[in-house]
Amino acid sequence: MQMPEPDALVLSRRDAIVAALRQAVSDAVIDDPAETRAYECDALSAYRCPPLAVVLPRTTQQVSQLMALCHQLGVPVVPRGAGTSLAGGSMPTADAVVIGLARMTEVLEIATGDRLVRVQAGRTNLSVSGAVDGQGFFYAPDPSSQLACAIGGNIAMNSGGAHCLKYGVTTNNLLGVTMVLMDGTVVELGGPMGEAAGLDLLGVVCGSEGQLGIVTEATLRILPKPQGARPVLIAFDSSETAGACVAAIIRAGVLPVAIEFMDRPCIRATEAFAQAGYPDCEALLIVEVEGTAPEIDEQLALIRDIAQGFEPVEFRESRSEDESRRIWLGRKSAFGAMGQMGDYICLDGTIPVSALPRVLARIGELSRDYGLPVANVFHAGDGNMHPLIIHDANAPGDLDRAEALGADILRLCVEVGGCLTGEHGVGIEKRDLMSVQYRPADLDAQMRVKDVFDPRWLLNAAKVFPLEVSASRRDARPNLPPDAA
Amino acid sequence: MRPDSEEALAACISDTREAVSIVGGGTRLHPGEGAGARLDVSGLSGIVLYEPEALTVVVRAGTRLADVQAALAAEGQMLGFEPLGAPGSTIGGVVAANASGPRRVQAGAARDALIGVRFVDGNGDLIRNGGRVMKNVTGYDLVKLMAGSRGRLGVLTELAFKTAPLPPLRCTLCLPGLDAAAAIAALTDALSAPFEVSGAAWLPDRGALIRLEGLERSVAIRADALRDRLAAHGEVVEVQDDPWLLLRPDGGDPDGDLWRIVCRPGEAARVLSALPAPVSMDWGGALIHLRLPADEMPVLPRFAGHARRITGAAPAVLPAPDPVVARLDAGLRRRFDPRGIFAGAD
Ligand SMILES: Cc1cc2nc3c(=O)[nH]c(=O)nc-3n(C[C@H](O)[C@H](O)[C@@H](O)COP(=O)(O)OP(=O)(O)OC[C@H]3O[C@@H](n4cnc5c(N)ncnc54)[C@H](O)[C@@H]3O)c2cc1C
Ligand SMILES: Cc1cc2nc3c(=O)[nH]c(=O)nc-3n(C[C@H](O)[C@H](O)[C@H](O)COP(=O)(O)OP(=O)(O)OC[C@H]3O[C@@H](n4cnc5c(N)ncnc54)[C@H](O)[C@@H]3O)c2cc1C
Repeated sequence: MQMPEPDALVLSRRDAIVAALRQAVSDAVIDDPAETRAYECDALSAYRCPPLAVVLPRTTQQVSQLMALCHQLGVPVVPRGAGTSLAGGSMPTADAVVIGLARMTEVLEIATGDRLVRVQAGRTNLSVSGAVDGQGFFYAPDPSSQLACAIGGNIAMNSGGAHCLKYGVTTNNLLGVTMVLMDGTVVELGGPMGEAAGLDLLGVVCGSEGQLGIVTEATLRILPKPQGARPVLIAFDSSETAGACVAAIIRAGVLPVAIEFMDRPCIRATEAFAQAGYPDCEALLIVEVEGTAPEIDEQLALIRDIAQGFEPVEFRESRSEDESRRIWLGRKSAFGAMGQMGDYICLDGTIPVSALPRVLARIGELSRDYGLPVANVFHAGDGNMHPLIIHDANAPGDLDRAEALGADILRLCVEVGGCLTGEHGVGIEKRDLMSVQYRPADLDAQMRVKDVFDPRWLLNAAKVFPLEVSASRRDARPNLPPDAA
Repeated sequence: MRPDSEEALAACISDTREAVSIVGGGTRLHPGEGAGARLDVSGLSGIVLYEPEALTVVVRAGTRLADVQAALAAEGQMLGFEPLGAPGSTIGGVVAANASGPRRVQAGAARDALIGVRFVDGNGDLIRNGGRVMKNVTGYDLVKLMAGSRGRLGVLTELAFKTAPLPPLRCTLCLPGLDAAAAIAALTDALSAPFEVSGAAWLPDRGALIRLEGLERSVAIRADALRDRLAAHGEVVEVQDDPWLLLRPDGGDPDGDLWRIVCRPGEAARVLSALPAPVSMDWGGALIHLRLPADEMPVLPRFAGHARRITGAAPAVLPAPDPVVARLDAGLRRRFDPRGIFAGAD
């Protein structure tokens, strides 16, 4: 992975920079190489680079001081939540100071009457729900990493999860943020209902991958917990039929909270790993609905009617907590199971649901051409695919081949009307594919937003945009006055 | 100017020397808007792509809202955010205004259903963002930025939405006896329970209104549970007509200005106590429409939110925007419209 040359001037002033950081927040600076190593990568661990230093502030005020200082000294900054990005979004450069929010985990306000909660941005996703669980509420976006990942990272990546078919992704559940701009200015964006008086700045901050500012506090919409939920497992003898059944369920107007899809390679692997007792079939769906018991019955009866039309190999309706757990068990252990089969790259493209059969068939062909197995497990209701490319990272050339296959699959997603990433983000991983989806004018429009929020391109600047596309802006850095916006 | 293609529109923009005002149906220009040369987008119309099984539709911006709604209804679907456009409203105008009806409490606003845009910026360049899939985090989300931008950053030409199934059944419960302040408590109570309330509003002659939608049995179960829960607030009855369209406040009174206030529901009672009785209240108390004598400014307490005059002679927003937000706002406008062509917007 190509990264820009670190700024020699910054590197040469390392000691002075660390001293200045320490003066600003004495107890929060890490510069010992043995300790900064823990921050050299995120969950995309193939790419690493230790930062110049790491700072772990506790307050918005401290973040503001640190940002102002880095801005003044011309030091690049990389924001970091929990470091679970799968796109290399929080990987540092050698000349960068990592500002990590791991110590900012407080709940600032719970207002169930207004159906919102305000938290510091370092708080983990799952613990936000935990904080309001006692009052009968939950926070809906549920990335699989929710035990570890932080709300700030969720906002930066606009993360989603299995239940976002019904509840939407982060941007649909975010009402406001307190954010620190690169020059240290603190700003509040959003408002009640997420609606501000002017342009929807909150909307563009969400998903901007830590390039517009550091989010220190977030106001999140919370929802009353549903009274119950129950899944069914529907097994098919072909992937195409499973895909057609998904379309039919949606077409019929039932809107389940989740529709998950697994293909044979994935089912085999999870069975060997977790023994969930899945049927032997080409593809299966897990469909979950919510409500009171009679409401659930009503919805499941409808789904059963629709599914019968596709002659499923099996229709397994959960009748107890334990059966529900077993139905989800295989799906939830899918990634762990694939890990047992070998190294894998997890892709994250989205396609129109109508293109599902065609895309699955083509992925099968590509997999054979490249000689690498691909297993499919994904959020079928909204077309967000996660093809897993199995390879041997130690075999010479295997990783390169896997990456080339991955790029081909993502190009295919764009070709059929989809996109390069549905939830993991661009980061460094898909940076150089951006031109497949967007023309130069489209990319320029996005970069204009960064010009306004971070005119000197100091914040996480080597991500999202292909390096040659952002080069002139990043290189112009020293010549731009700090308030060129 | 009434271009009939994206190319013609782009040429119009790059050739123009004067400020333009983008007009869709012209049903909802805010005070101060419409002062520039009229740029009529109604020539850009038609549904480009509709895939009911993928819950997505792509439409040209000048298409009548009513035409979009009819096409979706024919397939048993709708725009979930339920825009209450006046006759003649265009889908581009709806998006540019982020116009969202009562179902916003449940389904989100126009911005939340919008998944892709094409627009021509102030340089005359065509820009695309998002696409036609529901989950997309490829690059910055300019889709959200364009929703509600009221033509200040560019002219929307094409829009992609996620659609929603039309619920088979709807049921509206009403607490007729409640005034606005008392209604807030009842609406909040309804929205805090797991009944998937899809409308929570108040109208002067009607009282508090709560809507449930979905499958037949499910609606009945939730309606019963809700009646029990709300009994403490007053008499609960089921209404037979459809009062939800009445939430579209008409701007027709020449003697008064219409104000639109967005606040936290928890602050609504305090905001209301300083003001005359509202014309309507929606979103569980978060959206208040109010009529004041022409040119009179409301006296508002400090609150998290804002008030905007939406009919009348001159634009007004309270409180004044935060200076940093204003700087970012102005910075974006300058980058997308360096010549100030869209200055005619306000
Ligand atoms: C009485 C009444 C009250 C209403 N109250 C509200 C309300 O409070 N909030 C709300 O959001 N909606 C409200 N609406 C809904 C209103 O109808 C919508 O704003 C919308 O339907 C207007 O559509 P239009 O085509 O007539 O837009 P127009 O009135 O033509 O334009 C509205 C705005 O959108 C811009 N615009 C129009 N087309 C484009 C385009 N293609 N590209 C870029 N910019 C464009 C215009 O410049 C202008 O700023 C109300 C409607 C009525 C009749
Ligand atoms: C096992 C596993 C499963 C996963 N499953 C899902 C899934 O189902 N859905 C999904 O969407 N993602 C998933 N992810 C990806 C990842 O968890 C998400 O992208 C998550 O939102 C990252 O959060 P984080 O706190 O770890 O952020 P980090 O990895 O620390 O950072 C991610 C990005 O956000 C920026 N950032 C972090 N904090 C801030 C802040 N406070 N202000 C501004 N920018 C900030 C960083 O600069 C970086 O660009 C998964 C990851 C793993 C390892």
